[in-house]
Amino acid sequence: MNQLFATFAWLLDPAHYAGPDAIQVRVGEQVEYTLLTLLLASIIALPAGLAIGHTGRGRTLGVQIPAVLRALPTLGLVILLALMVGLGLLAPLIALVILAIPPILAGAYSGLESVDRETVDAARALGMTGWQVLWKVEIPLSLSLITGGLRSAALQAVATWTIAAILPLGGLGRYIFDALPVQDYPKMLAGSMLVIALALVTDALFALLQKVVTPPGVRAGRASLVRAKTTHSHARAALFRHASFIRNER
Amino acid sequence: MIEFRSVTKQFPDGTTAVDNVSLVFPSRKTTVLVGSSGSGKTTMLRMINRMVDPTSGSIEIDGERVSTLDPVKLRRSIGYVMQNSGLLPHRTVVDNIATVPVLRGIKKKEARQRSLRLMDTVGLERALAERYPGQLSGGQQQRVGVARGLAADPNILLMDEPFGAVDPIVRAELQTELVRLQRELDKTIVFVTHDIDEAFLIGDQIVIFRPGGIVAQIGSPADILANPVDAFVASFVGVDRGKRSLHLEGTPETPVVVDSEGRVAGVLAAGSNPLLIAEAVPQPGAGAPAQGAAT
Repeated sequence: MNQLFATFAWLLDPAHYAGPDAIQVRVGEQVEYTLLTLLLASIIALPAGLAIGHTGRGRTLGVQIPAVLRALPTLGLVILLALMVGLGLLAPLIALVILAIPPILAGAYSGLESVDRETVDAARALGMTGWQVLWKVEIPLSLSLITGGLRSAALQAVATWTIAAILPLGGLGRYIFDALPVQDYPKMLAGSMLVIALALVTDALFALLQKVVTPPGVRAGRASLVRAKTTHSHARAALFRHASFIRNER
Repeated sequence: MIEFRSVTKQFPDGTTAVDNVSLVFPSRKTTVLVGSSGSGKTTMLRMINRMVDPTSGSIEIDGERVSTLDPVKLRRSIGYVMQNSGLLPHRTVVDNIATVPVLRGIKKKEARQRSLRLMDTVGLERALAERYPGQLSGGQQQRVGVARGLAADPNILLMDEPFGAVDPIVRAELQTELVRLQRELDKTIVFVTHDIDEAFLIGDQIVIFRPGGIVAQIGSPADILANPVDAFVASFVGVDRGKRSLHLEGTPETPVVVDSEGRVAGVLAAGSNPLLIAEAVPQPGAGAPAQGAAT
């Protein structure tokens, strides 16, 4: 219990809100790294996932490559890449982008696949071009699942960036890795709690975003709501499987 | 006029959906393609707007081969109504109806105005304009589907089992309204169904398909009832079961029409003289209206 009190005392100490090692600075760094990771991973995974979902081609590849990527231990990858490209931000950034690609990819293609085939067929029969079907029908109807993939990726990235502090970089991992050698447990625990809190906030924000991007007709419609729910739970199950895979591997 | 010349469609898995069909769909008439499932009737329909391309043979609309036309432009010029309405769930009723006009470059405001007028035409209250498809009943959704099919004022309207998924009462209502609409609009309608009674009610020309995409018989409802070409057609239209051989019973003052199983099929319309037709039973062609009255 004393350690816990000491942890809260550490978190409340005004001295820890000033200087280059201040809590808000470290949180800011963690958020910044995460956003950069999401941006890069999205640039790669969203077009690829949408292409797979829209054309139905390359699905095997789209499943297998992420499966291989998932099998890579992130900590090992960070160290390997650091040896190859140096101690900067690049090594953990690559490792984290690799970690974030699979859920974004899966969210995008499973999102598009969840759109009712009849609706897509009708859109084509009305005279929509392939692009129009994608932008006006498939993406709006799967935006919630696409955001779900981003949510899963964001959660993993925001938590996993902690390990990047094994290198001389910022972020909340700094507290943990700096406190470890001197056995400053309250500081380590405070760092962990901050990571957890940040992860929870991230998840809550994305959950809100998911609600906002769901088209009103899909929310309002009774019949389609049921359908959306089942496809949702499917995709969510897939994402969960994926997440637990990551946890086991770590 | 739409003309099929020896059209065959084979799917990559080897099944023949449509087998060497030559057929003319006259302008401003309703042609009904009817057959059991897997008889290629939907494939026939989808070849007209190039949702499916034939393996061999040619399809012409007013003398122009559809294979030379851009599929997207072609589809925007042809109305399409499908089973389960195929409405876009994230768009309101009025925006769903306006889809094709907007795709063709008509201003959104104008297209919405026209959509509202079309809602009147198909018997939808304007109050439903801002609802989403998921908030409508099955029958209302089908009406929206019909309005959307008519929105770009196409000459041709393709209808793929449009009333297949609604309950019998609503279906009968929609069928009579389609007949009324067609009297006003004079479109070339191609209508697919597996319900022979629906075919007789709606069609000017009926095309009966056998399994394997082979045309069994083409003709008016009266032709087909009077002279079914073979046992398959006879059984399909129900002549062999006596369902359509009707006769009069009761007194000359209060005659009722009864089918061969003794089931009362209907009454004579006011003003028709039973003495003139009493000897002519079974009266082919009279089968359709009497059947309609019984349902």
